Amino acid sequence: MVMFWVLLLAISILLYVLLDGVDLGVGMLFGLTNSEIRRGAMLSAVAPIWDGNETWLVVTAVTLWGAFPVVYATLLSAFYLPLIVMLLGLILRGVAFEFRYKTQRMRWIWDLSFAGGSLIATFIQGVTVGALVEGLQVTNGQYSGGDFGWLTPFAALCGIGLCLGYALLGACWLLKKCDAEVRDVARRQIPVLAVGVLAFLMLVFAYALAEHLPILHRWIDRPYLFVFPAIGAVAATVLALSILNHNDHWPFYMVALIFVSAFGTLALSFWPYIIPGVITIDEAAAPQSSLMFMFWGCGVVVFPLMLLYTVISYTVFRGKVGTTAGYH
Amino acid sequence: MDMTALLLSRIQFAFTISFHIIFPAFTIGLAAWLTVLEALHLRTGRPVYQVLFEFWLKIFGVAFGLGVVSGIVMAFQFGTNWSVLSKMSGPIQGPLLMYETFTAFMLEASFFGVLIFGRSRVPPWFYLFSTAMVALGTTFSAFWIMVNNSWMQVPSGYVMENGAFVPNDWTKIIFNSVVWSRFPHMLLASYLTGAFCVAATGAWYLLRREYHAESRIMLRMGLGLAAVLIPIQLFFGHLCGGYVNTYQPAKMAAIEGRWNDEKPGSEVLFAWPDVENRRNLYAITLPPPFGSLIDSDSLTAAETGLNSIPPENWPPVVIPFFSFRIMVGCGLVMLGLAWLGSYLSFKHRLAYNRPLLWLTFLSFPLPFIAILTGWFTAEVGRQPWVVYGVLRTADAMTPFLTTRAATISLVIFCAVYAFIFLFGTFYIYRLIRTGPRGKLFETPHDAAMPNRPMSLANVGSIHEQGHVGAGE
Repeated sequence: MVMFWVLLLAISILLYVLLDGVDLGVGMLFGLTNSEIRRGAMLSAVAPIWDGNETWLVVTAVTLWGAFPVVYATLLSAFYLPLIVMLLGLILRGVAFEFRYKTQRMRWIWDLSFAGGSLIATFIQGVTVGALVEGLQVTNGQYSGGDFGWLTPFAALCGIGLCLGYALLGACWLLKKCDAEVRDVARRQIPVLAVGVLAFLMLVFAYALAEHLPILHRWIDRPYLFVFPAIGAVAATVLALSILNHNDHWPFYMVALIFVSAFGTLALSFWPYIIPGVITIDEAAAPQSSLMFMFWGCGVVVFPLMLLYTVISYTVFRGKVGTTAGYH
Repeated sequence: MDMTALLLSRIQFAFTISFHIIFPAFTIGLAAWLTVLEALHLRTGRPVYQVLFEFWLKIFGVAFGLGVVSGIVMAFQFGTNWSVLSKMSGPIQGPLLMYETFTAFMLEASFFGVLIFGRSRVPPWFYLFSTAMVALGTTFSAFWIMVNNSWMQVPSGYVMENGAFVPNDWTKIIFNSVVWSRFPHMLLASYLTGAFCVAATGAWYLLRREYHAESRIMLRMGLGLAAVLIPIQLFFGHLCGGYVNTYQPAKMAAIEGRWNDEKPGSEVLFAWPDVENRRNLYAITLPPPFGSLIDSDSLTAAETGLNSIPPENWPPVVIPFFSFRIMVGCGLVMLGLAWLGSYLSFKHRLAYNRPLLWLTFLSFPLPFIAILTGWFTAEVGRQPWVVYGVLRTADAMTPFLTTRAATISLVIFCAVYAFIFLFGTFYIYRLIRTGPRGKLFETPHDAAMPNRPMSLANVGSIHEQGHVGAGE
């Protein structure tokens, strides 16, 4: 039963990262252009999907609370300020999708909040992962790092890394969904971002070696974990080839695969801990009566329906979006 | 424990949840109203019902979007500010909130898409069915939230294990008299909110001499529904008073401004509670046994006063005392308006009675004020407990939360919410001002999206909708 909820949680987080990563990335790239035509096309590429993508964040939060209340309580309170800033960033960029078309004079405010909100939310998500990898400062089961204890150089590095990563994901999505100028710009951005992500990963590795992060030891203990980086390396190679061949579709799937392998690497190196070094999955699980109550309704019935609905809505909006259509 | 951080956290939660509740309260009522309109349209075939449906669907879209956006924050706030509570009550509150998220997602996301795209693509009966399913989805959301909150008011169906509330009887948690008096009370409040907003809009158009056919329907249906529902609402309100009297005597004593034990009790209609000296100033009081009659349905029952409860278990007396009276006051004004308006409407005289039209138009804030003050009564009255009688609010807060962090978060919440709220409300106002047949925006190729309720409002007129499809 605990395994079921770990799996469900992992799927929710992975889906969130992959799906919302796309529109957060597009949001950041949106800030790099001034042309209204390109901005319109970029919004059109993510407009039908962003809200559904963000649902997975809420699903993650409530799954965490219901199935692993201790983790929910510990993490959310430890990351107090960054999480609240992230939520407000997500709200600002969410309403910007709609509000920017309701006004001409104030459009710049919503464009700013769209790009800025995306950037802030992404950076904070990266910082959070970085701080978790580095190890939260916990005494007697309680976070003791202070208001800004999560803001370390390593965590900030991870924040920048995730910004590059999501931007890469977003650029590949634009390549896949758009044509004309937007696609051409994305095609030029992808190699730069890809090199940036690669440089970031090497930097993290070097930093980890220099600092002897606890997670690195777990890696040396379990060499089979290297399967995931290997998959990532293969995906990176295919990515490079597909860019050279001017393929519009492969880069997105390859970058997604890189994200999956990074997620798998991270998840397995946390195992069996759910907060590294602090609490294991079994210790964190809610009592059986809670897990069973959720299992029969949410777990077996609604969750598969949600997955199905996600697949259907992506199928409905498949194919390229026009550059001329103002809104989507 | 930082006492300033505690106060700031309480203000922050109160602020964000008060902001949030305005939108669901409105949309639950509107979803039901849309279902009625669509059913009437199917039965009578009169186009005016479809015009009204399309018009209110746009407003529903904007309000629904703001409700979703402000609701995301709520899923996180338990963990950020109230980590001790969320750790202890997670096994019970977590699954309840999970059911809320999952059922809401399932019903709203899938059927809302049909509402937006579907008119020309699905058979009429299925369109009506989808509207009803969206209404059911909003109702389910409200239900799980009410179960959750009722458990905090009167905890049941649990045992304490290792400092956590472990559920041992979900039937008791979900099906108890507290839930089933409070959930209908909230649901009816939402219906009344919808009814009054609809009636006020109708009155506004009549005052401006526009949309005559539509506004008469809005007025008649809005006021008529309210005229029937308010008496039922008063009854459920009375039932809610019953649970408070049984399980939360301190809250009851604060609401009633009752300082001493009385047998039978008197009823304070109005006063200024002087907490310092434990007495009421300027009190207007009905003699016994009116207090016992109202609180305990009895002529002789003993009623508890605050003096026999230790002060450390008192809620802040003044807030529940006044917010309860404001709620009841709003309810009675609405009752008078609904009955008088329905009577005049029945006599076909309402459309010419401008003073009453003005009153109806100006009455639209009343249901919102009643809902907010009702919740203030329930939640402030629950203090100093977060889980009544078991866990104190002060012990439930994140222990290491600093005043600095709490101040920063509260300030940015207020700034961002005020910004969005002003823009969103202004936008709803513009939609309503333009009216059912007006064309608001000339943006080309605008079709709305499922999952993106607010985009609905872009669609110019109803005739265009059939041509514009997904992803074009």
